[in-house]
Parts: sequence; C-alpha cells; structure tokens
Amino acid sequence: METVYQAQIHYRSYLSDEGHALNELPSWAQSPDTLVRYYRNMVLARQLDNKIIALQRTGQMGTYASLLGSEAIDAVIGDLMLADDVLVPYYRNHALQMLRGLALSDMLSYWGGDERGNSSVKMAQDFPNAVPIATQALHATGVATAFKIRGEKRVAVTICGDGATSKGDFLEALNVAGAWQLPVVFVVNNNQWAISVPRSIQCGAQTLAQKAIGAGIRGEQVDGNDVIAMHEAFEEALKHAREGKGATLIEAMSYRLSDHTTADDATRYRANEELKAAWEKEPVKRLQTFLHQQGWWNEVQEQAWQNEVNQIIQAGVDEYLAMPQQPVEDLIDYLYAELPKALQEQRQRLIRNAQPGGNRHE
Amino acid sequence: MSNAITMVEAVNLALQSEMRRDESVVVLGEDVGVNGGVFRATVGLREEFGIKRVLDTPLAETMIAGLSVGMAAQGLKPVAEIQFMGFIFPTMEHLIGHAARLRHRTRGRLSCPMVVRVPFGGGIHAPEHHSESTEALFAHIPGLRVVIPSSPARAYGLLLAAMRNPDPVIFMEPKRIYRLNAQPVEDTGEALPLDTCYTLREGSDITLVSWGAMIKETLEAADQLAEQGVSCEVIDVVTLNPIDHDTILASVAKTGRCVIVHEAPRSGAVGAEIAATIAEKGLLSLQAPVARVTGYDTVMPYYRMEHHYMPNTADIMEAVQTTLEFA
Repeated sequence: METVYQAQIHYRSYLSDEGHALNELPSWAQSPDTLVRYYRNMVLARQLDNKIIALQRTGQMGTYASLLGSEAIDAVIGDLMLADDVLVPYYRNHALQMLRGLALSDMLSYWGGDERGNSSVKMAQDFPNAVPIATQALHATGVATAFKIRGEKRVAVTICGDGATSKGDFLEALNVAGAWQLPVVFVVNNNQWAISVPRSIQCGAQTLAQKAIGAGIRGEQVDGNDVIAMHEAFEEALKHAREGKGATLIEAMSYRLSDHTTADDATRYRANEELKAAWEKEPVKRLQTFLHQQGWWNEVQEQAWQNEVNQIIQAGVDEYLAMPQQPVEDLIDYLYAELPKALQEQRQRLIRNAQPGGNRHE
Repeated sequence: MSNAITMVEAVNLALQSEMRRDESVVVLGEDVGVNGGVFRATVGLREEFGIKRVLDTPLAETMIAGLSVGMAAQGLKPVAEIQFMGFIFPTMEHLIGHAARLRHRTRGRLSCPMVVRVPFGGGIHAPEHHSESTEALFAHIPGLRVVIPSSPARAYGLLLAAMRNPDPVIFMEPKRIYRLNAQPVEDTGEALPLDTCYTLREGSDITLVSWGAMIKETLEAADQLAEQGVSCEVIDVVTLNPIDHDTILASVAKTGRCVIVHEAPRSGAVGAEIAATIAEKGLLSLQAPVARVTGYDTVMPYYRMEHHYMPNTADIMEAVQTTLEFA
C-alpha cells in the first residue's frame, strides 16, 4: 500500500516551566517592551480574577467563570489582534476582552447579571461571550466568510476550551474553514478540564491540534503558559489568515487553576497533587522569573504595578457597583428592531408591575 | 397568462429581485448553487450573482445556521436554505440560542438579520423526515419571526419583506403547493407587510383561521359552504410569531364562531395559542366553542397512510357544521 497522506503536529515552546529560555528567542523577545507589557496585563488579569471571586463570595457578583491559568493566552491574543479584526470569545476571555477595549465595569456588569455589559461600543463588532459550547466557532467562520466575500484583510479569532473540541459545531467550523480557506484562527485553551471531565477521557486523539488535519487546515500545539511560544504561533496564524491562506487551529496547553466557575468545587473530582504540579508551571510566575533574569523587571516595579492594578480594579468595581438598574422595558424593547404590536400589552404589564403599587416594585 | 408563476418560481423571483437590489444578500445552503436547490428555488442565481453570493455549503445544517449568524452580525443578509424541515433540528441551537437573541443581549449593538428558508409539510410522497410541520417549535421562541406564505404572490412579497427585515425570519415554504395554482406575479419589488394576518375572504357566519398549504382546503371548504348558504371569513395568519391576534379577534367578534385549521400536530401548536387568546379576549362574542381541525399527536406517517393524517376539506366542513349547530 502506498501512503496517500502523512501529517505531523509540532509543539512550540520557548520557556521552561521555571522560566528559563529553552531555545534561541525570537528577536522581539530579546528586548523588554512586548514581554513587559504582556506581564503587566497578566498581573492585571490575575488580580482582577481574585477581586471578582471576592465580589461573588460577598454577594455582589453572579456565578463567575475564573480565568486563572489562561492569562498568557489572553494577553497574547489581545495584543496581536488588530482593532478591526473580530473576536468571537467563549466565557473565559475577560482579560482578552478588556485588552480589546471593553471597560472593566462593563465586563463586571455582564457577570453581574446585566445585559448592558455586552452593549459597549468599545466592543465594536466583537461577539459577546458564547455560553453554549463551541457555537462561537461557527459564528467566527461566518464572520470570516463575510470578510472573504467583501475582500477585507480582517481576521476572525475564536477561543474555546478542550471540551468544546468534542462538539460537532467545532468540527463543522474547522471543516468549512478548510473548505473555503477562511481567514479565521481557532484557539483551543486546553486547560485539561471540562468541568469534571479530564482531557484524557474527552478525546482519544493524542492532540486536539490534529483535528485540524481532518479539516485540511494548519494545526499546532503550543505551550499556552509560555507567552513567547504563544506569540509566535498566534502571530503566524494571524498572518497566514490575513494573507488569504486560510485557517489555523492552535491548541494552547494550559491548566485550569480554578474551579470551573464559582458554582463548582473541583476538589470533588481533581487530585490536589495535580493542581499543585500545575501551579509550578503557571504562566505569570514563569514570565516574572524570566523578566527578573533578564533584568527587565524588579521588585520595585512589581510593587508599583500591583498598587496601580489595585487602583484600576477598584475604580472599575466602584463604577460597576454604582450602575443604576436598566429600565424594566429594556427586557422587551431590544428583542426586535421595532416592537411588534402583539407585544405592546406585555410591555405595559412589565412596566405596570415595576411601578409603585405593582407586584414587582422595588 | 404569460406571467403566471408557481410559488417556487415566486420564491426564486423574490431572491433574484432582492439580490439585484441589495448586494448584501447572500444565498447559502446545500445544493443551492450549481444545482439550483433540490426544489429549484435558487435556480439561476449562481449564474447571475456568482460564487461569492450563492454559496454551496458543506453538508452540515448546524454549520449553515451558525455561519449565517456570523455573516448577519457582520451586516450581510444571509438567506440560508435548509433542504427539508426534518433536517432543521441541528440549526436550533443557533437559531434559538443566538440568532433570536443577539440584538437583545447586546442591547442593539449587534443584530442578526438572517432568513432561513425551509420547505415543510406533507403531501408530496417524500421519504420519512421530509413531511413534518414543526412551525410551533419556532413560533414559541421570542425574537424569531415565523412567516408562511400560501400563494405565489404572497410568497414573493413576504420573502422580500423577510429579507428586508432587520431581525431573523424563519420562512417556511409549504412545498405541497409549491407548484399548484400558478398566478400572475409582477416583479414590482414591493414587499408585503409582516406581523399581520391576511383576510382572504370576508364572511359573516364563521371565521376560518389557517396558514400555509391548508389555506387551499380551507378556501375549498369556504366555497362549498357558500353554496350551502354559509358565509365564511377566511384568515391566513401568515406570521405565526408574533401573531396578529387583533385581526382574528375582530373577525370572531363579528362572526361569533371560529374553526382553526393546521397540518401540524394538535397539542402545543399555534392553533392552541390562537384559541387561548380568543378565550381570553373574545369569550363573550363566541356563540360556540372554538374548534380545531389539525393533524394528530403522532409521528408523521409515511406517504401511503399520509392522507389519514392530513386534514382535508371534509374535515373542515364537518367542524364548521358542528360549530354552526352548537346551541
């Protein structure tokens, strides 16, 4: 028999778990600017995550999906995407959304149960969070199809977790992206856990990146805790898409250092030793160690940035907590471009119930 | 008549007409391009508008729906064809979970002006999964418009309206009457209004409410009843969500009697919603209980026994007689 097809999946990494350079670094990583910016954004993301969980625990926030462990992935994507590219995120990309311009208070209001968190003009054409698993992958292919039809040099970028790669939507998205050579980048944040289901029983394939092969698109695995590797992989994928050469699937290897959400308790299904081992490889500490070694970051800068971050976060939280309720008619007024006559009566009932003497007056 | 066309030709004409007018309209689906659609509804479009506006998609309905959401959010007007109603179920997560609520959940920042065209209903001896009438599944969803034409002229004008609507529309095409009753349709580019019932025939004794292919039997029943001296008002609901209850209530206020006719199974169907609204708001004008002539709450039979399932003219006449005879 002859071999009609052969493929390989490569794994890209530059920094060891401890933060030492493994290979010769790309030229941009031989000076501090980009890496320090990444680091600062990752520290902000982590501090923010702590703060949101504290708000949730004190009843000032709804159920929240922590970003802990995905800081490097979000920092790189948010930095490299262009303003008029379109992000089609899942529900763990808050840091990335903020790097795309979303105000902290708007992000908080989404998780705090207010649709206005999706409405900011700063989100431009970016999609709001996809909560149904993997659906966003198809929306990104639709966005990319629009770019291609109009001949625009824009790229759609979509993120999902490892669990989402089991879903038909994900595979259908890869397939059409390959068939039509769409300008889209799929990033899988393989954080090893889909709530309680570990990667080992999610899929029998050795890598998730190899799902790209069946769709005829590029696929690679990258250390998602390593900003340098992530940068190299993502920048290449963006360039490839922007030049009209088609889609890429990046499997970014990370670890969910948190519970699935604040409603979850990972101690029910996950061994503490595994979590401890994962903390040894985590992205923020790793980059900090590297920056210290290079002499590009020190304790004084760290302390100053921590203080600044706390102020930024507190200002956003204050703004979020001070936000007035939206008018009750917003519950129905945005359903259609123009409210159908048939809904007028229900709209009146909503308003009446919210007024003094109504069943839901507050 | 030289310009008499069938419903499927009217669908084609509306697509061509709007694609000429609005370059954001993009037709996509399985076999819609080179083949012109399995019912030929998209025939000629690829030749005229090219491969960037008439997309033969991979065979994946979830993808067609999800892709359309992304395209629509980008300001295109995707008009997706799902080949048969029985294959629409994979699209529902995208239609319900995303298309119907994108405007709402972004407070108007993004919207989803897409159309899903889908042939539905029995009567053409098709294989299984090709003959169902599941409009109620969509009519139940806030944010989804469900529109069903019952003649070539209405198919033309309503499809234009659907394509110009800024929100998602499920445009269900009753394939049993795709090629029946050709009528003259001028390519005027004029859309018909959505969200309103169409009174097809005025009458004073009883109100017959229906939509889609069953309008044919409903009008036949009204003709035969007229010969017996019974004056039927016939209302084509057309937009099943949101429903124009006012027109139906005004008619029932006039006639005092109502029979609702649909091919879909009886329970939880749109007919039940109409009957409930009449009970809520028109009870005192009723001189008899509202009657329903519907399909059965069972699986759509294969075609050999299909006629036992499908409501027919005699069923409608019988329901009208019973309603008229109610003391």
